[in-house]
Amino acid sequence: MATLELKGIKKSFGSTDVIHDMNLDVNDGELIVFVGPSGCGKSTMLRMIAGLETLSAGQISIGGKRVDHLPPTDRGIAMVFQSYALYPHKDVRGNLGFALKHAKVPQKEIDERVNKASEILGLSDLMKRKPRELSGGQRQRVAIGRAIVREPDVFLFDEPLSNLDAALRVHMRVELLKLHQRLRNTMVYVTHDQVEAMTLADRIVVFREGRVEQVGTPLELYRQPMNTFVAGFIGSPAMNFLMARVEDGTVKLADTPVCKTSANNGSVKLGIRPEHLALSDDGPFDGKVSVFEHLGGESFLHLTLNDNQTMVAKLDGERSFAPGDQCRLGVRQEYCHVFDESENRVVE
Amino acid sequence: MLVKQRISSVGIHAVLIAYSVLALFPLALIVLNSFKTRKAIFRDPTGLPLGESFSAKGYDSVLSNSDFPLYFGNSLTVTVVSLVLILLLGAMASHALSEYRFPGDTFLGLYLVLGIMVPIRLGTVALLELIVSMGLANTLTALILVYTAQGLPIAIFIFTEFLRSVSKEIKDSARIDGLSEYRIFFEVVIPLVRPVIATVAVFSMIPIWNDLWFPLILSPGEESRTVTLGVQQFIGQYTVNWGAVLASLSVAILPVLVMYVIFSKQLIRGITAGAVKG
Repeated sequence: MATLELKGIKKSFGSTDVIHDMNLDVNDGELIVFVGPSGCGKSTMLRMIAGLETLSAGQISIGGKRVDHLPPTDRGIAMVFQSYALYPHKDVRGNLGFALKHAKVPQKEIDERVNKASEILGLSDLMKRKPRELSGGQRQRVAIGRAIVREPDVFLFDEPLSNLDAALRVHMRVELLKLHQRLRNTMVYVTHDQVEAMTLADRIVVFREGRVEQVGTPLELYRQPMNTFVAGFIGSPAMNFLMARVEDGTVKLADTPVCKTSANNGSVKLGIRPEHLALSDDGPFDGKVSVFEHLGGESFLHLTLNDNQTMVAKLDGERSFAPGDQCRLGVRQEYCHVFDESENRVVE
Repeated sequence: MLVKQRISSVGIHAVLIAYSVLALFPLALIVLNSFKTRKAIFRDPTGLPLGESFSAKGYDSVLSNSDFPLYFGNSLTVTVVSLVLILLLGAMASHALSEYRFPGDTFLGLYLVLGIMVPIRLGTVALLELIVSMGLANTLTALILVYTAQGLPIAIFIFTEFLRSVSKEIKDSARIDGLSEYRIFFEVVIPLVRPVIATVAVFSMIPIWNDLWFPLILSPGEESRTVTLGVQQFIGQYTVNWGAVLASLSVAILPVLVMYVIFSKQLIRGITAGAVKG
C-alpha cells in the first residue's frame, strides 16, 4: 500500500525530449491510467517508474520514499508486460515463484504465496504447464500472477490486454477490475485504448507528445475536456468538431444559433458528442444523410451539413434513413463544448 | 494428385539418398579399408573386409604401438576447451552488443566480426613469433588461444543476430525480479538461445578437430601432438602404413560424431514458443 509521487520528471533521448516536466500524485490504492496515442511517452514514463529507464531530471517517490536511484527490484513495484514476458523454459509454478526464489524467500512461504496467487487467478490446474502450452488469456493471468506474488506496493501494467482478442480483452478487463477491488493496491496502467481507460481508471492521465494534457476522473474528462485533443480522444465514436462563430454570446453555425457561450466574438470550435445529438424538427444542424450504419440497438448517422461540414450522430435503433435523406439534429445547451482558437476549452 | 505427391516424394528421396551416398563414400572407404590387409587395400579398395583380406593390424598398431591415446586426449582437450571459450565469450560479447548501447558499440561490433573476412592462417608467421615469445610453443594453450580467436568472429556474428531477437521485455522482467545482468544472461537469455549455441558449437568444433596446420606449426612436440598430427607418424618418406593411417582416422571420427549427436539434440526449434505472443 503506497502512494506514488512524480515530481518534475523529464526525459530526453539525445536531443529529443520525450517527457516534458511531468508532475503527478497518485493516491494510495488508486488505479491510474496513462492514455494517449502511440509515441506519446506514456510507456517511457511507466518504464521510468519501474526503473528500466533513467530520468533526465526529476524525482520519483513511492510511499513517501525516494526511489529513482534504486534498481527496479528494490522499488517495491511489479510490472506486467504487453508480451507477458514469461520465462519459456519454466512451468507456471516456476514462473510465479522465480522472483521470490531469487530473493531467497523460504520455500514454504514461496509455496504459500504462489498458491494464493494461483487461486486468485484460477491457475491452480495449470501449474505444471509451460507457457507455450497456455492460451493467450492464461499467459496473461500468469504474468499478472507473477506480479501478485511479489506483493508490490505499486503494480505497473504496460498495455497488458492489447495482445488479446476482443472478447477476451473485455473479459480480462473485468477480471482486472475485480482484482483491483480485491487487492486495493496502487496501480498504474498504460493503454492506448480509451475504452479501457474509461472503464478501469479511478483517474486518467491523458498524454500527448510527452506532455500531460489533462488529469481527472473518467467522467470529468468526458464531461469537461480541457482541450480538443482530450475531447476527441475520450469517447467513442469521437466527438464532432464544427467550425462556428460567436456573436454576442451566442455560438452560430452559418447564421443558425446553436447555444450560449461566454466566449468573445470570433471563430470557435464547437464540440458535440455523437450520443448527445438527437433528431429534432427545429434543431440547428440541417443536412443530408451521407451514410447510415445500423447496429441493431443503435445506429450511426453520418450527416453532411449544408455548409459542407460533417458530423456523426448516435441514434437509437428505431428509425431508418437512406443516403440522401434530409435530416435535422438538435443538441441541448449543456452538451455543447466550446473551444477557442488555441483549442482550449472556454469555461462557462 | 496423390500419385503426383508420391512421385515428387520419391524424387526428393532419390536426390537425398544420392547425396548421402556421395558424402558417405569417402568415410565408408576409410572405415572399410582400415580393417583390411595392406595388399587387400591396393588390390580391391572397395571390397569388403572378409576372410583373407580382413586384418585388424592397423588398429593394433594404433592402439598399442604408439602414443595415440595421448594425441587423442590432446585433440579432445584442445577442441573442448576452445569450444567452451568460443561459446562463452562469443555469447557474452554478443549479449553486450545486442543489449547495451554504449559509445562505439557499432564500431566494436564490426571490429569483432571483421575476422570473418581475414583468414587467420595469413597471420601464421606473426602468430608463431607471438606464441614463441610468450613461451607457449609446443603447448596445448597455444592451440586453444589460436582456435578461440579463429572461432570467435563467426560465433559473435551469428549470436548477435539471434540475441537481438530475444524479447526485451523478458530481460526487463528479469531485472524487475531482481536478477543481476550476469544472471539474466545465464538464466534467461542462454536457455532461450540453446539451439543457436548448438549450431555454433557444431560448426566451430569440426575445423578445430580436423586442423593440421596449427598443430604442425605451433605444437609439433611429442607431448602436445594432436590426432591429425599423430597420424603423420605412420606416413613415412618411403613407406606408408596405410592400415594404421586409416585406423587412426576411423577412430578420430568417433568423438566428432558423438559431439555432433549431443549437440544436434539441442537443435530443437520452438523452445521460445509461448514466451511472448507468437
